[in-house]
This record gives sequence, C-alpha cells and structure tokens, in this order.
Amino acid sequence: MDFSAALPVADVVAFNRPAIDWHAASPELILLGFGALLTLVDVIFLDRAKQYTAALAGIGLLVTMVPILTLANDMSETGPRVMFDGAYVIDEFSLIMKAIFILSGYVVILLSTNYIAEGDYWESEYYGLMLSAILGMVVMASSRDLISIFVAFELLSIPSYMLATWKKRSLESNEAGLKYYLMGVFASAIMLYGMSLLFGASGETILTKVNASLSSDPLTGESLSSSTPVLTLAVIFVIVGFAFKVSAAPFHNWAPDTYSGAPIPVTAFLAVASKIAGFVALVQLVFVGFYARADVFQPLMWILAAASMIIGNLIALRQTDIVRLMAYSGVAQAGFILAPLAVAGDVGDQALASIVSYLAIYAAMNLGAFAVILAAARKTGSTSIESMNGLFSYAPGLAVAMTIFMFALAGIPPLGGWFAKFQIFFAVVEQGGTWAIILGVLLAVNSVIALYYYASVARRIWADQAPDGDLTPIRIPPSLGAALVLTVVATLVFGFLPGAVSQFTDVGLIAGG
Amino acid sequence: MEITSNWYLILSALLFSIGAIGLLIRRNPLVMFMCVELMLNAVNLSFVAFGDRLGDIAGQVSVFFVLVVAAAEVVVGLALVVAISRRRATTTADDLSVLRG
Repeated sequence: MDFSAALPVADVVAFNRPAIDWHAASPELILLGFGALLTLVDVIFLDRAKQYTAALAGIGLLVTMVPILTLANDMSETGPRVMFDGAYVIDEFSLIMKAIFILSGYVVILLSTNYIAEGDYWESEYYGLMLSAILGMVVMASSRDLISIFVAFELLSIPSYMLATWKKRSLESNEAGLKYYLMGVFASAIMLYGMSLLFGASGETILTKVNASLSSDPLTGESLSSSTPVLTLAVIFVIVGFAFKVSAAPFHNWAPDTYSGAPIPVTAFLAVASKIAGFVALVQLVFVGFYARADVFQPLMWILAAASMIIGNLIALRQTDIVRLMAYSGVAQAGFILAPLAVAGDVGDQALASIVSYLAIYAAMNLGAFAVILAAARKTGSTSIESMNGLFSYAPGLAVAMTIFMFALAGIPPLGGWFAKFQIFFAVVEQGGTWAIILGVLLAVNSVIALYYYASVARRIWADQAPDGDLTPIRIPPSLGAALVLTVVATLVFGFLPGAVSQFTDVGLIAGG
Repeated sequence: MEITSNWYLILSALLFSIGAIGLLIRRNPLVMFMCVELMLNAVNLSFVAFGDRLGDIAGQVSVFFVLVVAAAEVVVGLALVVAISRRRATTTADDLSVLRG
C-alpha cells in the first residue's frame, strides 16, 4: 500500500486556527459551562448542594435560550452563520430545533425534580448527564458534517444509556439500560459503517459536498450511476442507524422495554427529545446530504414510514401498560414524521415545514401525556392502564389534561395534533404519484386506528370507577404542576392558533454552508 | 500479487459481518460488547482504506473520533454489566426478560 499519498509528510502545512463565531457557538458553550458547574458544585459541596442542582440545571437551560433568541433576532440581517467550512451551520432550522430541545429539556427537568429527589437517586450526576445529552442534541441541530453528526449522536446517546439505568437497584431499570445500550451501539456501528462507505463513495464528509459529488462527477458532469450499489448500501446503513434512534419499525424492539423499565422522566426524555434529535439528523441528511439522490432514499423512507405506522398502531391496540402504549404509539408517530421524507425529493420545503411543525407539537403533547402518567403514578404506584380508571373522580384537573393530550395525539381538532397531521397529509398528497397517494391513505387509516386506543384511555378516565373506590386526591408538587400547565397551554395554542406555529416552522430549505 | 485498498475493504466488510452476526447470536453481554468493538474496528479499517485510496487525510482523522467514542461507550457498557451482575448470579442476555408484552 502506498502511504505517501495519504500522509503528505513533505509538504506539511501550518495549522491555521479556523475563525470561530463566538456568538453563534454561545448556546453550546453556556450548556457546557453549566454542565461542568453542576459537577463541580457536587464535588465541592457534596450533600449540601443536592437540593439546588435541579434549579441550577433549569436556570442553565433558560440562560441558554437567551443567545438562541438573540441569534434568531440577528438572522434576518446576517443570514445563516457558517463555521468550519460548512461543518457547523446556524440557520433558522437549527435555531428552532435548538429551542425545542432546550424547552423540552426544561420540562423534563421539571418532571424529574421531585421524582429523583424522593426516589433517593443520585441527583447532581443526573442533571449533569441530562445537560450533556441536551448539549449533544443542540450540537446535532447545527451539524452539517458526517463526523460532527456522529459525535453529536454519541454525545446524546451515551448519557441516555446511563439515565435509563438510573434506578440502579431495580432489575427492570438495569434491563432497560442494557437493552437500550446494546441496541444503541449496534445502531451506531451500522451508521458509522454507512458513513465510511459514504465517505468512500463521495470523498467528502461535509454534507453539501457529499451531495454535490453524489449527484454528478465533478470532472465530467455526468451522473454517477455506476456507484449506485455502494451508494445505496451507504444510504441504507446510515438511515437504519437513525431509524433505531427514532424507534421506527422494524427497529423499534428496544423502545417498549426501555421505556417501561427506565424512570418515567427519563422515558419522557427518550420519547421526545432523543427521538426528535434522531429526526433532526435524518432531516439534515436527507435535505442536505442525499438530496440529489431521491431515487435512493425515498423508497427506503416509504417502507420505514408505512411499516412503523402499521406495526406501531396494531401492537398498541393490545397493550395493558400505559407507558408501553405510549411507546408503541410513539413508533406509529415516528411513521407519520417519516412519511414526508418519502416525498421529500419532489415536494421540498413543504415536507420540511410539515416535519418541523409536527416535531414542535409532538414535543408538547407527548411530554404532557408523560407528565400526567407521572402524576397519576405518584398515587397509584403503577403504570398499568387500569390504574388510570376513574381519574376524573379524584383528580379532575389531571383527567382534563390527559384527555386533551390523548385527543391531541389522536389528531382531533381543535387540539394541537390535528394541524400537524393535516400538514403531513397535504405534503404527502401534494406529490401526487401512486405511491404517495397510497401513503396518504395509510396515514388516514392509521389516524383512525390510533383514535381507538387514545379514546379508550380517555373513556377509562371519565367513565370507569376508581380502583377500590379510593378517592384520596393526588398531591401535585409545584414543578410537576408547572410542567403540566406549560404543556397544556402549548398544546392548546398550537391547536387554536396554528398560524403561530407555522410562522416559526415555515423554514426554507436548510442552509448547507 | 499487489495488495490494493480493495483487499482492506473486503476484510473490513468481513469483520463487520462477523461482528454483526456475533452480536445477534451470542448471549453473553461481554461477548456482545466484543462483537460491537469488532464492528467499530471494521469501520476504522474501512475509513483508513478509503482515505488511502482517495488520498484524503479525513479518513484517518475520522478514526480518532471513532476510537475515542468507542472507548467512552465501552466504559458505560461495562458499568451496566457490573451493575447487573451485582443483582444476579449469572448474566446472559436471555436472563434479562422481566420486561415483555
């Protein structure tokens, strides 16, 4: 092997420090600083600091929102900010996704505050790891390069493995963590192998350059049909890796077990923030990296979307545990979000806008549903669907909230979910081809199936008797109450004023740099 | 016979397949970790081979990132196995079947 070509020892160039836009990088730096501060405070003050760690983590997330807002304010003047030759880009899409990650992280911290303190778990490490996972998501939203996508993916995954095992003495939690870990590292190995093939097929790691060299030969300008087998394999491997993360069928097997074994706030975190991060990576890859090769990614996305919707909904019908029900409904929701990617090459930014608004609404209503499950489990100590029976008779506020979230998830107007589902549906049907119409029909049929199990939860809450006739009310701690109010308001606002969402989510095509 | 970068790519594909099959059929979590390491090393080999073929240093640079992340992953994985083996006498993946449905 001739190594002289790869290691140009003779003409070593001086290292030029790339220009860093400190304003653009400040959200990540602030999160990193607060994560380090949490660890430091724990080491110095030991048990005396325990009660302040949750508040410190929450403040850290709110402070991080400040540079995101100032960056959004500057966006109209400066346009997308590009760093490191286009490997790291701050554009409208990335700012919206960062805001979604930070706000849903904040709600998860509100959910965790009492759960972690009362369960006698390790507190400051918990919030430190939570912040580093959120940092990984925030980095993911700006990554436009194979290596930085990989590093962001691992930065959000590795803390999540530990968080899923946080109930260290419970066999269920151990099992949840190990299953998540084994599936997660398997997925990242597959994704990496796909990335190495992609690097080999295109000779680049920056997504825009990957796209340019995949569409045509840089020298002759002819389309590169000869490299299609390798390229197809590369695209399949990369997408399969992220399909694990978003728990799309047939790669969803870990999700129900991990969700039901992990602590409930962590489950909410995995089901919302971690899943959205997987979609952000998929969207960036599809719209920036593979956009020229719609012939390769569209059929794959079609299969994933159809399989996830059908499998997720049919298995959700016979669940007896509310967390497992949410896990399978999450698989079906993943199918909905993947559906526009199956027509992305033809529809373009309409597909992108529909995905972004679905993700925003999905975060609000799913976090809300988990907040209610968490509150109800404080009394019943169980997550079986029967434990929700007669919730209205002793906790009317929670019952109303849960009904709102269930109908929002099912897509009943005027709650949040309907607008999201309609946008997805229109984006898919817009394309007009036979396969797109079939996918549209599948979307409609699956919305009806999903309505059945969401409505049956609502029926138990309102119509059935409370177990053992026990009508003692549930004491809801302030942080959990705040999380419930935030998610209910968000779900209602998104439903009644869809213009408010689409104004923010109507992003143009992602800037590649 | 000259050994070209294709040989290395074929070797890496074989290693990757052995790792993937091992992960799916073996039942001891430690052996499953070793299979994951085999897959990641196959990826490293493939990055280096492509980097050599393209004359692009980015292939070698990627390997550093993969190595560092793989080390971090194994630390977490071994900690999980220790936590589980403290709770039960044997640790095979088939014993982990509390959660089902």
